[in-house]
Amino acid sequence: MAAIVDIRDLRKTYDGGFEALKGVNLSIEEGEIIALLGPNGAGKTTLISTICGITNVGTGSITVGGFDAVRDYRQARNLIGLVPQEINLEPFTKVIDTVRFSRGLFGKPRDEAYVEKVLRQLSLWDKRNARAMELSGGMKRRVLIAKALVHEPRILFLDEPTAGVDVELRKDMWDIVSELQAQGVTIILTTHYIEEAEAIADRVGVINKGELLLVEDKATLMARLGQKHLQIELQERIEAIPEALNPHGLELATDGQSLHYSYDTRGERTGITQLLNDIAAAGLVLRDIRTQESSLEEIFVSLVREDAA
Amino acid sequence: MNWAAISAIYVTEMHRFFRTLAQSFISPVISTSLYFVVFGAAIGSRIQEVEGVSYGAFIVPGLVMLSVITQAISNASFGIYFPKFLGTTYELLSAPLSFLEIVLGYVGAAATKALFIGVVILATASLFVDLQIQHPVAMVAFLVLTCVSFALMGFIIGIWAGNFEQLQLVPLLIITPLIFLGGSFYSISMLPPIWQTITLFNPVVYLISGFRWAFFGLADVPIGMSLVAIAGFTALCLAAIWWIFRSGWRIRS
Repeated sequence: MAAIVDIRDLRKTYDGGFEALKGVNLSIEEGEIIALLGPNGAGKTTLISTICGITNVGTGSITVGGFDAVRDYRQARNLIGLVPQEINLEPFTKVIDTVRFSRGLFGKPRDEAYVEKVLRQLSLWDKRNARAMELSGGMKRRVLIAKALVHEPRILFLDEPTAGVDVELRKDMWDIVSELQAQGVTIILTTHYIEEAEAIADRVGVINKGELLLVEDKATLMARLGQKHLQIELQERIEAIPEALNPHGLELATDGQSLHYSYDTRGERTGITQLLNDIAAAGLVLRDIRTQESSLEEIFVSLVREDAA
Repeated sequence: MNWAAISAIYVTEMHRFFRTLAQSFISPVISTSLYFVVFGAAIGSRIQEVEGVSYGAFIVPGLVMLSVITQAISNASFGIYFPKFLGTTYELLSAPLSFLEIVLGYVGAAATKALFIGVVILATASLFVDLQIQHPVAMVAFLVLTCVSFALMGFIIGIWAGNFEQLQLVPLLIITPLIFLGGSFYSISMLPPIWQTITLFNPVVYLISGFRWAFFGLADVPIGMSLVAIAGFTALCLAAIWWIFRSGWRIRS
């Protein structure tokens, strides 16, 4: 697949001297959902704002659909829809008017059928004549998405689409994102909810302190960085771990009936075979074994910690 | 040129104006009538004529300028400050728009509103006094240029303003005094010589003088200078706006 957004060595320092982006390289493929994950202040919004033209580019280059985001800004921006993090809408304007306005800004001729289609897709058609101030928070966010989609962009940026949104609405948002992907829209979302990235993204980029620490296929990332845990249930309680098992670094649960072993799937050897042999040699009888993968959250925490170290 | 975008901004801005049409229409009519009562009737009974023109008629160009300038500034500054205040400028910045298109949309709408009010005031004034326009083309040109140039200035104020108080600050502290001291209600030849010289540093003098010339054929300063002054002022505002968008001052970090 071809890269639809290509970012090369992007740096951005704000007037106050704060270095928000420190040489970011990122290629986004057409049709994928990529989640940029990072704590508050990591540079996620700066990255999105710079691509979309809200913040000036420091140094480096951004191309969108092959167009330079600065030199050929018209062609580049035509391809992009942006849903900002803050819910900012003119309170007295009707839903349908604000959506039409957005389409106009992108130089598209009026197309009532398309406006209707977008509003229906986001379950806003019944609210089309409501003023923004009469809508609930979730509905307002849908209006922002409608505004971002109404000029038929090929790329949609969602900046923290589910920040402060209740669980049900978050699921709704995820459904909308999947639907859009099915229609061929490339989606870049920022989030600090790991479960969100885990639930909907194809790829995950981890960003911290203005640096993109890694970008991986979600599955690869989990596999590559995944600590796995092996839980060994014993037939009978034991008071202490037999000395012969000490090299394995096991932990004994407080009930004395299960052993806990952590291993790295990245390692050439997991040590499981040796461990099981040693357990048998120590005369312990097993009742059950279970393995558990670490969540993206644990991966993330360990990455950010490594970065801080 | 992204004409659809210009028209989207223009239509949305005009929509706000028409939503409050009654207010937009009634307030200039009332304030003009008040000025006629106070200045025309009360003072006019003492000052019969200024340079051969009845005092009531003499103040009409100044009155129109007063409202047009104030309206152009307030409409344009509010027009761009409001999205800034609401945080909806992201949409303008991320759209395929050049600064020129944004300015054409907002300034065009603000200038149209000011022009509309100027025409309403002229119509109201013609009910009170016998108005003759000797140079109608020049009159329209001055009116339109004033609307546009002060809408440009209002746009700059709207971008500069960090809060609603600042939005009012420049019009109240600078513009209104300049208009009042710019010969709206008197001919500067009525001033002592030293004040006549000082007055020449007030740009509004050139506007009102030129505009009054279009009506009565009499002016405080040569008409050519008036034209140069307004053209220069427009160019200055345009240059400032060009710089603002170029640098992203107060709109793009």
